[in-house]
Amino acid sequence: MSDATSGLQVRALNISYDGRALLHDFDLDVAPQEIVALLGPSGSGKSSLLRCIAGVQRPDSGTIMWAGEDIAPVPAHRRRIGLVFQDPLLFPHRDVAGNVGFGLPPEGRAQRVAELLELVGLPGFEHRDVATLSGGEAQRIALARALAPRPRLLLLDEPFGALDRDLRDRLAVDVRALLRDQGTPAIHVTHDREEADLIADRIVRLAPPPPAP
Amino acid sequence: MTLGTARRPGQATPDGLPRALWAVAPLAVVGALVLIPVAAVVIAGLGPQAWETLAAPATWRIVAYTAIQAAVSTVLSVLLALPAAYALYRLEIPARRTLLAIITVPFILPTIVVGLAFREILPFAGTTAAIIVAHVFFNVGLVVRIVGGLWGHLDARLLDVSRTLGIGPARTFARVTLPLLRPALLGAAALVFLFTFTSFGVVLVLGDPSLPTIEVEIYSATVQRLDFPAAAGLALLQFVFVAVAVVWSARLQERVSVRQHLGDDARRAPVSSAPDRLAVAYACALAAAIVIPLLGLLLRSLRVGEGWGFAWYAEAFSPSEATTRSASAFESLALSLQYAAIATALATLLGALACAGILAAGRRGAWIDAALALPLGVSAVTIGFGLLLVSLRGPVDMRGWWLLVPLGQALVALPIVIRVVLPLLRSLDPRMRQVAATLGAPPLRAWWATEGGLALRAMTVAAGLAAAVALGEFGATAFLVRLDAPTVPVQIVRLLGRPGEANAGVAAALSVILLLVTLLIVGVAERIRPRRSGGW
Repeated sequence: MSDATSGLQVRALNISYDGRALLHDFDLDVAPQEIVALLGPSGSGKSSLLRCIAGVQRPDSGTIMWAGEDIAPVPAHRRRIGLVFQDPLLFPHRDVAGNVGFGLPPEGRAQRVAELLELVGLPGFEHRDVATLSGGEAQRIALARALAPRPRLLLLDEPFGALDRDLRDRLAVDVRALLRDQGTPAIHVTHDREEADLIADRIVRLAPPPPAP
Repeated sequence: MTLGTARRPGQATPDGLPRALWAVAPLAVVGALVLIPVAAVVIAGLGPQAWETLAAPATWRIVAYTAIQAAVSTVLSVLLALPAAYALYRLEIPARRTLLAIITVPFILPTIVVGLAFREILPFAGTTAAIIVAHVFFNVGLVVRIVGGLWGHLDARLLDVSRTLGIGPARTFARVTLPLLRPALLGAAALVFLFTFTSFGVVLVLGDPSLPTIEVEIYSATVQRLDFPAAAGLALLQFVFVAVAVVWSARLQERVSVRQHLGDDARRAPVSSAPDRLAVAYACALAAAIVIPLLGLLLRSLRVGEGWGFAWYAEAFSPSEATTRSASAFESLALSLQYAAIATALATLLGALACAGILAAGRRGAWIDAALALPLGVSAVTIGFGLLLVSLRGPVDMRGWWLLVPLGQALVALPIVIRVVLPLLRSLDPRMRQVAATLGAPPLRAWWATEGGLALRAMTVAAGLAAAVALGEFGATAFLVRLDAPTVPVQIVRLLGRPGEANAGVAAALSVILLLVTLLIVGVAERIRPRRSGGW
């Protein structure tokens, strides 16, 4: 399924938090266009793993490669790896269009924003104040914002964790269709087995972290 | 600022006459005391000569100069505070608390002392640049505190989001951090502008005598030329300017404030990059820059002729022929402390009354917030001049009445007391006491554990600050003090106006004494305030 010179390869990654090992010699491959679900209890280092891949945190040791090339020296803003958190984290000082278009160059921005709003099922939301959005709407906007600059990999950190069951399942199906449609590979972190089944091609289980000494 | 933190109504009692009375009575008392001197100035200023003052080009030159020096001081204070606010509120650095304390110290220092300190070390004393340097010295810590207070709580993940969207660190700062900090930036800038627009002691000691600001001109018109109408016209003009600035900045802040989720600042990031290290080095340099003029002042007070010694201190306490003064350091220090004690009691009492009134007014307290900013704009000089007018022309002849001095000082300190106490009382949730009661605390204990304890702590800190303000107060005091009974700051300014090394040396020695006493009082207030575990 994975070929050594394309997609993402994580090798022998070690991450610790406050001196406690979260991930030990962790390996992971994501093939182009593949959607992988990472399933594990909270505190098992899933979020830290995503933050390291996105480049907003540094691992203790190990290699993260894209298409066979180590991306450690590449700063977060040049990695073209999108990250969606559990909270939508929309920029409160910008409207919906200002959020979705945040990572886009001015030329063609309006058109791409409209296209993405259509894609996430919220057409015409451009001028809405982000404070007026429902939880599900806000998370869709966060997703549209992450997809807008066409990332080569999308990381989803329990993006539906704060939503109710019904909405969660619906969004999981929608997001899968969306990622397939765009051909964007993704790592989806969750602790919910059903959600993982709905969204992913492949499920990777994380062991609970070793108990604190 | 509307920052997502819900404001709880102060009290949940139903509307009714008694409650309105609770709100109106204390506010009326406090309002009257603040408004009487202002009214005296307005009445004196609105005579036929007011038009002469307004029409004179000299008046507008003075207004323009005052505004320009204040604007430059404000912009520089804000810009110079930003890297330090970042280092002290976003990064985990070892001596953080010490650095913060040093940077905040100038705020409580007497203006005259700081003016003198810079006069000793600045090669360009007596210029506009010197005024601006001293203004930045005074206000940079205030900006660091206000802006850092918000910056420390910004959700760092918003910056991560920006970076994963392909936006580099510099553009993330410009497009996310700065816009989110705008309410604090504007709030701090408005305060600094207010302080520097109405600054008096610093300008008097450090400024170019041929370039007066409004405050200095009011002072010289009153004291040197005895031209009360001109002084009143200027005071009126200044009040109008400040009022316009306050209302405009409040509306601007309203417009830029955004509802945002504020994270807890438990975790500051480790220093990891070159810019981070630069910011930390900068914060240390800023703290050093604040200590250096004060050290310079100390050295100056110890330099006697070619050598070193305590001669100026000895001279201060037992004046000889070399410095013909009306009072020794003992006498003026004792007088200063007496006035400051009365002023502190008055300011704390009036502040408590005002806060009680504002809290009782409950939701309708919003308009009072705006009204509260105005006394900050009534400058010390206006208060002093107004009280002088009342004492001379009021129904009762109060000429030279000593109680006017502490009253003036109390009115100058009042806004600070309110600003310290009110937010803390407002943040109190009445449910806290109910919780304490349900946990089995007897009523008095419950009150003490919640509102009473907090109120007392807030009042202690406020009293310490009020004492510091009163001790170093010069703007109002200069108008009200009797010639034969000068306070320490007045004594220092008089010495500076006389030639000779002895006078300058004694002025430096007195400044050091005043500085130490002020630091001691604020330090003690910080110490003795009853603490709950953790404190705040």
